[in-house]
Amino acid sequence: MATVIDRRSPKDYATDAAPWWCPGCGDFAVLRALQMAAADLNLDPARTVLVAGIGCSGKIGDYFRSYSVHVVHGRTMPVATGIKLANRDLTVIAAGGDGDGYGIGLNHFIHAARRNVDITYIVMDNKVYGLTKGQTSPTTHLGSRTTSAPTGAIDRPITPLRMALVAGVTYLAQGFSGDPKHLARLIKGAIQHKGFALVNVYSPCVTYNKINTYDWYKERLVNLDDDESYDPGNWQAALNTVIDKDDLVTGLIYRATDVPTYEELLPGYRPEPIAAQELQRDPAEWAKILAEFA
Amino acid sequence: MRSELTWMVGGQQGEGIESTGYVLSAGLNRLGYHIYGYRTFSSRIKGGHTNFRIRIATRRVLANSDHVDVLIAFDRDSVRRNAAQLTPGAVVVIDDEEAHPQLPEAGDGVRVLGVPLTGIARDVGGVIMKNMVGAGASAALLGLPVDAFDDLIAERFGSKGEKVVEANRRAFRAGYERLAGQAACSDLRLEAGDGRRRYTMTGDDAAGFGALVGGCRLIAAYPITPASDIMHWLVPKLPQFGGVVVQTEDEIAAITLAVGAGYAGVRAMTATSGPGFSLMMEALGYAGMIEAPVVIVDVQRAGPSTGMPTKHEQSDLFEMLYGSHGDLPRIVLAPATAEECFYGAAEAFNLAERYQTPVILAMDLAVGLAIQTVDDLDFSRVKIDRGLVAAPEELGPEDADFKRYRFTDSGISPRSLPGMPGGLHLATGLEHDETGHITEDRRNRVRMTDKRLRKFQSVELNDAIPPVTFDGPEAPDLLLLGWGSTYGPLAEARERLERQGASVAHGHIRLLEPLPAGVLASRIAQARRVVVVENNARGQLARLLRQEIGTADKDRLHSVLKYDGTPFLPSEIMRECEAML
Repeated sequence: MATVIDRRSPKDYATDAAPWWCPGCGDFAVLRALQMAAADLNLDPARTVLVAGIGCSGKIGDYFRSYSVHVVHGRTMPVATGIKLANRDLTVIAAGGDGDGYGIGLNHFIHAARRNVDITYIVMDNKVYGLTKGQTSPTTHLGSRTTSAPTGAIDRPITPLRMALVAGVTYLAQGFSGDPKHLARLIKGAIQHKGFALVNVYSPCVTYNKINTYDWYKERLVNLDDDESYDPGNWQAALNTVIDKDDLVTGLIYRATDVPTYEELLPGYRPEPIAAQELQRDPAEWAKILAEFA
Repeated sequence: MRSELTWMVGGQQGEGIESTGYVLSAGLNRLGYHIYGYRTFSSRIKGGHTNFRIRIATRRVLANSDHVDVLIAFDRDSVRRNAAQLTPGAVVVIDDEEAHPQLPEAGDGVRVLGVPLTGIARDVGGVIMKNMVGAGASAALLGLPVDAFDDLIAERFGSKGEKVVEANRRAFRAGYERLAGQAACSDLRLEAGDGRRRYTMTGDDAAGFGALVGGCRLIAAYPITPASDIMHWLVPKLPQFGGVVVQTEDEIAAITLAVGAGYAGVRAMTATSGPGFSLMMEALGYAGMIEAPVVIVDVQRAGPSTGMPTKHEQSDLFEMLYGSHGDLPRIVLAPATAEECFYGAAEAFNLAERYQTPVILAMDLAVGLAIQTVDDLDFSRVKIDRGLVAAPEELGPEDADFKRYRFTDSGISPRSLPGMPGGLHLATGLEHDETGHITEDRRNRVRMTDKRLRKFQSVELNDAIPPVTFDGPEAPDLLLLGWGSTYGPLAEARERLERQGASVAHGHIRLLEPLPAGVLASRIAQARRVVVVENNARGQLARLLRQEIGTADKDRLHSVLKYDGTPFLPSEIMRECEAML
């Protein structure tokens, strides 16, 4: 039988499975940060669903203790949306990589953002396809040499932060695997946010990306949370900032609190979860509908 | 007096041709006639020929008739295009007072009445009401009581105000009066209907209704002809019952969203046609692998690729049976009539949850869009069976893994749903062990594959939609086999052949996967010859039968195929059969 736990530690959100990630992979820090945020919020693992994508990052679903769903490549967003709409009492967190979210799943990401469903999306952005051995990803820098572009990438990269702002994300943050505590705070804020939240994480691939390394980021990243003059409530300023800084920022970039969620706008959407509904109903209700066909 | 005839209206798309047909069919229904209404249309909104035919009878009819008896033509193009179908003695009402009685395009022996439908509409309030004038003129020709349409017009236009209602009634009556008492056409008058309360609905409507009654509370779909009507029907209804409709960005999102909802404990569906169904293949396999319930409706249209979006076909059978990679379990259920679309859709949700698997409701354009008379729907026949869900005492302590994919004799394992303490597990499309953890262990792989496939050794169906039905003698000279909307034309062909003294049976298959192979094999063995009738070019059902029951003998298993975009007429099937008897 289940027991009620008042306080949980990050360790309570770890499964017995040993991560398959390469030593030094940025994804370890993302898992740790997620566990810290969950412990901070005392999330009930039984009421939390982690929806993981395909790729190295998607393995997080096997390591984080909650209900876990490991979906087909690129489809974390619609699966997470379906779960949340089915049971609005659940905390639904999606997690995947840049290929999963900004390549094969880009379409769904844009639409999830504009729907503003109350889910959190963590993207572990390492700018390379790791699990398939180092091909160009949607966020690979122009000119970077990869196994699929040995003379350098020629596709201009996706800029997730700009795209997210334009798509209507209502909580946008960027973290770095080199600072898991800061990342945990950003994830916590994302989970608490009412609406769609994106946390893009620079999560270095130590095996296939020799350019965007921990040191490379450390030299360049600016933490907006340290800048008291920065106002994350100003959409235009957020857009200007990420353009000016060439996306090399961390912290809370933008947050809107006045945008209704999808759940609030859905006609007839009730406060109790759909999943808890009794489905057997009085046949008289159906007879009334049948009469419309007479 | 006629006990049956076929009426058709034709004109340019976007001119209200459809509403002429809808008003007439609703009126006929209330007067106690049976109808079968079929629209012919193209993938455009304004312009291009469209027609709507209604077969009207004092008994149940489930197919188009061979001929047209009355044609209301808003333009000469409609006469030219449909002349070949006009029966000798047919009446053409053409929207042109000047039309010569021997309108050459109508053909010999056809009576032509030039009636200024548009002009009359203009006189009573506006040309937009020419469809009502046409409906009124039709009611007069068929000898229907004009008063019977008053309430109907009020219901149809009530939301637009009393003025609009009155104008439409005037238009209807003006058309009626113009042709009332046409002694020359009195042979077209119908015997009185029996006045019994019946219902008219399309298969798409019925599938939406069946889903609702069957407990569906979420549909995620992307617009596509001829399946959109299922979503349209559910849009105003689901919110009343605490459900939701999500129009997604594409069909991949539609099915994955539904799978997510199904995993979380909500009966969820998507509805699509061939092109969208093709996009769903990967997620179909995913649902099978994580053993999540989901219902997918494929209202088939002419393929491949974009094909003919508004034309009928039954060519997705192979895709429904074999689509998606790997050894994927699934159930494929094909309703034959609107009534069965209702019961089949409702039952699909029971099957999806009982067997924890994708269930494909195999519809086709003809069954989906044809307006059919339904005697009644018996809601007590719809039972809700949520399948195996773990009881609290079956769930472990909070921090223990739950064996969501426990090996069982039936292959079905109790589900835990997110929110249940002690039910934590991983649902992954990767091969997994009983707790859902990823593994490539060889022994586990074989056991888990067998478990997934073992679930369907016997699939029990609601008796409102039996796996297969047979009419006619058990050992006939000729056994006709079909699936889906060919039911109507086949049943009619069989009855007509039987009246001619032939020994003909008709078997109709609803459960295509897993196929009721035993009973089919026995019936096929007893028949002298077998004809498999279907709307595709490769004889997909015939191939399935050869594969499943080994009837390779071409002389005994013969195919009659039609893939020109239109459904079979009973006479077409009869012609093929007569050659073989």
